[in-house]
Amino acid sequence: MFNTIKKFLPILLSLLFVIACGGYDGPQSTFDTHGPVAKEQADLFYLILWAGMVVLVAVELAIIYIYIKYRRKKNSARVPSQTHGNTKLEIMWTILPVIFLAIVSVPVLSAIWTIGTLPKNPDVVVNVHGHQYWFEFKYQDLDVVTANELHIPVGKKILINLYSNNVLHSFWIPKIAGKTDIIPNQGNYMWIQGDDVGMYYGQCAEFCGESHALMRFRVIVDTDEDFRAWISHQKSEAFVPNDPLEKSGYDIFMSSKAGCGGCHMINGSKKAKGKIGPNLTHFGSRQHMAAGILENNQVNLRNWIRNPDMIKPGNIMSGQAAVYMDPNKSLTESEVIALASYLQSLK
Amino acid sequence: MTTIPFKLPFNIKLYRPVSPTGVWGWLTTVDHKKIGVLYGVTAFIMFLTGGIEAMLIRTQLIAPELKIIAPEVYNQLFTMHATTMIFLAIMPLSAAFFNFIIPLQIGARDVAFPRLNAFSYWAFLAGALIMKSSWFLGGSPNAGWFGYAPITSATFNPGNGIDFWIIGLQVLGVASLAASFNFIVTIINMRAPGMTMMRLPLFTWMTFITAILLILAFPVITVALIELMLDRTFDFNFFNTKAGANPILWQHLFWIFGHPEVYILILPAMGIVSEVLPTFSRKPIFGYPAMVLAASFIAFMGWLVWSHHMFTTGLGPIANSVFTLTTMLIAVPTGVKMFNWLGTMWGGDIDFKTPTLFCVGFMSMFLIGGISGVMHSFSASDYQQQDTYFIVAHIHYVLFGGSIFGIFAGIYYWFPKITGRMYDEKLGKLNFWIMFIGQNLTFFPMHWVGMQGMPRRIFTYDSGMGWAFWNGFETIAAYAIAFGVLIFVINMIKSWNGGKKAGDDPWDGRTLEWSIPSPPPVYNFRDIPIVKSLDDFWRTKQNSSNSDTKVKSKTKVTDIHLPQPSYWPLLVAVGLTIAGFGIIYNLLFTGIGIGIMLITVCAWSFEPVNEPDSH
Repeated sequence: MFNTIKKFLPILLSLLFVIACGGYDGPQSTFDTHGPVAKEQADLFYLILWAGMVVLVAVELAIIYIYIKYRRKKNSARVPSQTHGNTKLEIMWTILPVIFLAIVSVPVLSAIWTIGTLPKNPDVVVNVHGHQYWFEFKYQDLDVVTANELHIPVGKKILINLYSNNVLHSFWIPKIAGKTDIIPNQGNYMWIQGDDVGMYYGQCAEFCGESHALMRFRVIVDTDEDFRAWISHQKSEAFVPNDPLEKSGYDIFMSSKAGCGGCHMINGSKKAKGKIGPNLTHFGSRQHMAAGILENNQVNLRNWIRNPDMIKPGNIMSGQAAVYMDPNKSLTESEVIALASYLQSLK
Repeated sequence: MTTIPFKLPFNIKLYRPVSPTGVWGWLTTVDHKKIGVLYGVTAFIMFLTGGIEAMLIRTQLIAPELKIIAPEVYNQLFTMHATTMIFLAIMPLSAAFFNFIIPLQIGARDVAFPRLNAFSYWAFLAGALIMKSSWFLGGSPNAGWFGYAPITSATFNPGNGIDFWIIGLQVLGVASLAASFNFIVTIINMRAPGMTMMRLPLFTWMTFITAILLILAFPVITVALIELMLDRTFDFNFFNTKAGANPILWQHLFWIFGHPEVYILILPAMGIVSEVLPTFSRKPIFGYPAMVLAASFIAFMGWLVWSHHMFTTGLGPIANSVFTLTTMLIAVPTGVKMFNWLGTMWGGDIDFKTPTLFCVGFMSMFLIGGISGVMHSFSASDYQQQDTYFIVAHIHYVLFGGSIFGIFAGIYYWFPKITGRMYDEKLGKLNFWIMFIGQNLTFFPMHWVGMQGMPRRIFTYDSGMGWAFWNGFETIAAYAIAFGVLIFVINMIKSWNGGKKAGDDPWDGRTLEWSIPSPPPVYNFRDIPIVKSLDDFWRTKQNSSNSDTKVKSKTKVTDIHLPQPSYWPLLVAVGLTIAGFGIIYNLLFTGIGIGIMLITVCAWSFEPVNEPDSH
């Protein structure tokens, strides 16, 4: 039985590899690149992958050859010649890898400088703030603040400044650029460029606490036109809604009993001036909610308002907001429905 | 059991055990072989608990969006799994071999400091108990095994878990440091006549290098942990970002310790492979001096690569380039070792018994881990792999396929020497194939899901990400590994109790440990051997005629002077444990614990090494 397994094992393993690599590219695949940074990184990866494959196959074949050729025959008493080494061979297999590494280090070093050199005149500058557990995007010079959905214009160089006032996070859009860590008290930065219009997935890549797994975001690469339209829309202020249900939601939101405005900002409102939670001025225009983990719709939103800890354990809102901490202040079902309608009206 | 009185300077008479038996014998032992067995059994139990933690992690990930394990518990599980496997399993399993094998390989009666050796074990046990007790005392550490600041601070982590982690690691550090000093002195001073440094068996060499690395690396983490402890317990501000600290400091301190630590984990396994392959190939190791030099170079370079764990922290292109190049360079000596192992087997007459299989498994798995390691050295593309499952695949290929396979090879190889009995070869081979196949099916797909963008340390994932199939697959394969380990346990228990008698030299061995009975007598060598070459025992066997390999010894066993048992090492470790728990709960106990330690250390120092009139 062992012999059969031994024979088929390498075949099985390589088959597995082929299946895996020929498989489907998911929304966070680093192979399906849509920006120059990710492309440079994928090219470099392929280079070392194939070079490594050559070494891997050569050594594994040598092991298999040794297994077949030098296996002890039953009751053999052969004492092989007691060679202690071979200086020429040993020098060769020391020098050859050095030469090999010296050659591959050229493209590596050049890629380090391509990726590490920031654009001199970036088209857009975004200050990214990592929170537990969501991303805030502040467009420098454009006076726009949003959360979890980053819009950028296609084909433009974007400078990303990374900030945190809490724990470590890491900003990562696999199809556009590899990650860079967000570190408190130390500004960090990276540059990205999206080459194709579309929506791309991003995720926090440095462990940041209980709901680290649920700290995601989207990057939407827009045409230049769409991007400008989006920016001007984001600059507009929110109005008091006319619809009675939405209006009652608005009243609850602004009331001191619910106290939403203590943490959330709604531009144009005098009562919602908080800066702890996401800016909700255009919440209804976002496709996803709760840091890119749920589709933004009535059902999900009501569930979230009812009990955010069920969806994202350890989030700050369910640990600090009075409506979740104080049983006397908890929201009724009709209040939940009204709040959800109001928030979705914030287009 | 008899005791002998001895006097402290302040005129209190204490009694010292002379030849205790049973449990008391194990508690007071200073015999390196018994301590080795204690280390091995304890560390293996810890390996099993770490394995259970791993199985729970894999179970939660078997399908997307599962809620089997709460996120907070999951975070504790992955932290404890890594901490357990590194500090409570692989390191002490290596230490078990250091203890049992090194004095036998260098022809010594015991280690240089037998009581310090006992203390190392008891301190290790204390650290392990402190670390593991966190599961029952309000929650385990939850910040990952490298505990990056500032998520370990009291602000972001108010529970006790991190305190258990700090104190547990500190106590384990004490154990490791004591053991390392002991082995360095032992290897330098206790070698049999003629056993020059360049005639040392390679496992002894690797132990020597590992011990030096430990002594230089552990003080760094000790300082970092003291700083973190001061932050948490006494409101200091080393890593308090609210007071302006830069948390990157922790990462530098941690990895200056952490990278040499990686070689602390792998070098002993490499040493085991370098013992097993020559024995079963009936050939000397290929390129002995090159093997020693390569390991020394790896150990040296281990200090110059720490920032490759931090490529994405914004070090800048210059630092990233330097650490890229130094990291790539480590591939060269590692390659030398790999080629020399191949050279050892080439032209040999190789008996593919279980230990050989585990060594060949080690080589083929460590090679994959080594190649993915070179991939990580490419800092520019590492931006995509850092903190993903690709890294998880890499560390498991080097630590599971590497270190653990090496350790399993060592257990099978030295099992006859340690127990005097043979293991079951059929079960051993079955154990190897299940673990080998299970390991590849579990960890190889992790490369793929990592490149598909799956970050590590996530308690769940979205079903739309394309990670579901391979995660389910990995989990089932992980259960297969657990089954393989179960077969190993059965084999060990069965063979230890009823295996065939092994005889002194079942493998036609090359090094001195095979020249004495199995299990070795308490004094190891009746006559201290005189060593004339590398693989001296093999040479002796080849040169002498078959019938008369053994010269009758004239030494009387009763004339051999051995260190006597002592209960002080155990009591010092008890004091250490009380002091440790005191820092977590109430500083009063720290005072009491330190008091106990002071008194017991004094009593220990006044205890004579040997009673002159006591055999």
